[in-house]
Amino acid sequence: MTDTAPQSSQSPHSSRHDPDARGHFGDYGGRFLPEALMGALDELAAEYDKAQQDPEFTAEFQRLLSGYAGRPSLLSEAPRFAEHAGGARILLKREDLNHTGSHKINNVLGQALLTKRMGKKRVIAETGAGQHGVATATACALLDLECVVYMGEVDTERQALNVARMRLLGAEVVPVATGSRTLKDAINEALRDWVTNVDTTHYLLGTAAGAHPFPVMVRNFHQIIGEEAREQVLAQTGRLPDAVAACVGGGSNAIGIFHGFLDDTDVRLVGLEPGGKGLDSGEHGATLTQGTPGTLHGALSYLLQDEDGQTIEAYSISAGLDYPGVGPEHSYLKDAGRAEYRAVTDDEAMDAFQLLSKTEGIIPAIESAHALAGALRLGRELGPDGLILVSLSGRGDKDVDTAARYFNLVEGV
Amino acid sequence: MSRIDELFAQTRGEGRGALIGYLPAGYPTVAESKELLAATVDAGADLVEVGFPYSDPVMDGPTIQAAADTALRNGFRLKDLFEVVESVANRGGRAVVMTYWNPVFHYGVDAFARDLAAAGGLGLITPDLTPDEGSEWLAASDTHGLDRIFLVAPSSSDERIALTTAAASGFVYATAVMGVTGARDTVGGAAQGLVNRTRVHTDLPVGVGLGVRSGDQAAEVSAFADGVIVGSALVAKAVDGTDAVAALTKELAEGVRRPQA
Repeated sequence: MTDTAPQSSQSPHSSRHDPDARGHFGDYGGRFLPEALMGALDELAAEYDKAQQDPEFTAEFQRLLSGYAGRPSLLSEAPRFAEHAGGARILLKREDLNHTGSHKINNVLGQALLTKRMGKKRVIAETGAGQHGVATATACALLDLECVVYMGEVDTERQALNVARMRLLGAEVVPVATGSRTLKDAINEALRDWVTNVDTTHYLLGTAAGAHPFPVMVRNFHQIIGEEAREQVLAQTGRLPDAVAACVGGGSNAIGIFHGFLDDTDVRLVGLEPGGKGLDSGEHGATLTQGTPGTLHGALSYLLQDEDGQTIEAYSISAGLDYPGVGPEHSYLKDAGRAEYRAVTDDEAMDAFQLLSKTEGIIPAIESAHALAGALRLGRELGPDGLILVSLSGRGDKDVDTAARYFNLVEGV
Repeated sequence: MSRIDELFAQTRGEGRGALIGYLPAGYPTVAESKELLAATVDAGADLVEVGFPYSDPVMDGPTIQAAADTALRNGFRLKDLFEVVESVANRGGRAVVMTYWNPVFHYGVDAFARDLAAAGGLGLITPDLTPDEGSEWLAASDTHGLDRIFLVAPSSSDERIALTTAAASGFVYATAVMGVTGARDTVGGAAQGLVNRTRVHTDLPVGVGLGVRSGDQAAEVSAFADGVIVGSALVAKAVDGTDAVAALTKELAEGVRRPQA
C-alpha cells in the first residue's frame, strides 16, 4: 500500500504532535469513508499543505482573523465567579467575543479560503447548535461562496434564531429528518451531498473530527486560541495555569486551546463532556468517559455504541455537544494520559451558566458552561493557589430561549 | 478458486453479466428477509448481497436508509446477519455481506470473518473501508477464505484504482455515478469509462452498481461489465412481497442474458 497523503513536515504549524501521513494519532484517526471521497480528501490534504507554506495564504488568514473576526480575543479574569471555585483564580479566554460569537469563525475562515484556492464555488456544512452554521454562512457571504447548511430537525427547533441568522446571511438551511434528527444525522446528510457533488463542493466540517486531513487541519486553524491564551496568561499572571478547561463535543475549541499547552507537561488539560441527565441515565454525550473505540464519520475514535456497533444517540441540553463521536486526537490524548475527560450534567452546566451571568455579566453558550462547571470543580480541588484557564468558546445569546424554559424566566414559556 | 471466481468464470463463459441482488437482512423482519432473499435466489440472482442494517448509512439513499431503520426498529441484531446468510447458502445461493465498517470492527474483524465463513458467506463488500485502512481485514479474509470486494468510483484516480484492485478479490464493485444508492432512470455514462479504466489494472470481474432498476438497464450494463448490481429497486419491491421481488429478479435475469446488439 502506498501513502498518498502528503507529509506536512515543512509547515510552520507542524510539530511532533502531528498525525502520521495518513492521519493517524496513535491508533486513532485515519480515513473510513467511501472510495468516492478519497480523491477529494487527497486534494484537500495537498492543497492545505501548500497553503500552509504559502506566505500569501497565511497573511490573508491572519488579516481576516484580526481585521474581521476580531482577534486576538480577550483574556478576562472572573473574580466574582471564582469565589465559588474554592478561591482559585479563573481566567476566561473570550472566544465569545469573536465575530459570530464563538471560536468557530477561526476554522471557517481558514477552510473558506482553502475552498477558493481549490476553485470550488459551493460549500456545505453541518451544524448542531447553529454556531458553526452561522460562522460558515458568514464566511461564505464574505468570500462569495454558495452555502448549504444541514441541520437536524430537532436542532432547527431548538435553535430557530440561528436558522434565521443563516438564512439572513444567504445560506440555504436544510432540516434533516432522518435518524435522531440531530448533529450526527446532519453530518450523514452532508456526507451524502458531498459524495454526490464533490467536484464542485467543499465540505466545511465544523469540528476536529472526521477523516484525515480534517482533524489536523481544523485543529491548526484553532490553535491560535491556545497560542494567544498562553501568552496572555503569562503576561497577566507571570505563570502558566495549573489547568486548562474546555468543553468537548466534537472537540474543536478544546483541541485548539489544549495545543498551546501540550508541551507544558505540568499544565493539566481537562475536557468537559456533556453528562446530560447523568451518566447512569443513559441520556448523555460523554463519548470519551463512557464510549469505546469505533468508526463514525470517517475516523476511528471513541464512540457511543451498543453491543452490535450501532451508534447510540447522544443527548445534551446543549445542541452543540450532543454528538456520539469525538475528534480522534482527543482519543489519543486520553489514552496517552496527557488530557483527562470528565462529564458535567445538564444541571451543573446550567448552574454555571447562571452563575457566570450573574457574577460577571457574561452569558456563556451552554456548551461553554460545561467548561465553567468543570472549572468550579477544579478550583475546589486546587484550592486558593490554583489558576485555571477556561475556554469560553461561545456566547449564550442563542441559548436564551433554552435558559428561559430551564429557569422559568418568562411567564407562559 | 473461490466460489465467486467460479461464478464469474461461468457467466463469462456464457457471454453474460452476473446478476447481483441486494437486500438487507432483517427487513422488514428477519424471517421475511430470508423469504425475500430466497425468492431472489430462486428467480435467478447469481449472487446476493446481504445488507447489514446500520444506524449511520452515509452511502445510502432514502430507500435503503428507510429499510435499515425498519429492520433496526423491528429488533434486528448482528447475530441475525449470520443466520440470514446461512439461509441463503442452504437455499443453494451464493451470499456476500455488504456492511459499513464499525459493526465488523466492534465485533472483532477476525471473529466476524470466522463467523461469516462458518455461515457459508463468501465475502464482504465494505463501502466505507478502503484498502488503506484494511490491513486487519486483508489478513482475516485470507485466514478464513473470504473474498474482499472493494469499491472504485468515477472520482478514483488510476493510482487509487491500482491500489484498490491489487487488494481486492472476487470482483471489483464499480459505482456507476457519484452519489448514494438509489434507483435512477439512467445509469451514468461514467460507468463504462470506469469499467474500462478498472480493466487496465486488473483481470478481476467488474460489477456495476448504483442506479440499475430495469431489465433494459441490466442488459445495457451487462454489455460492458461482468456483473450487474441491483439494490434499491429490489428493496423498494420488498414491501409488495416475495412475488414482486421475484418478478423484478426474473426481469433483470433476462436482461443480463439478452443477446448483445
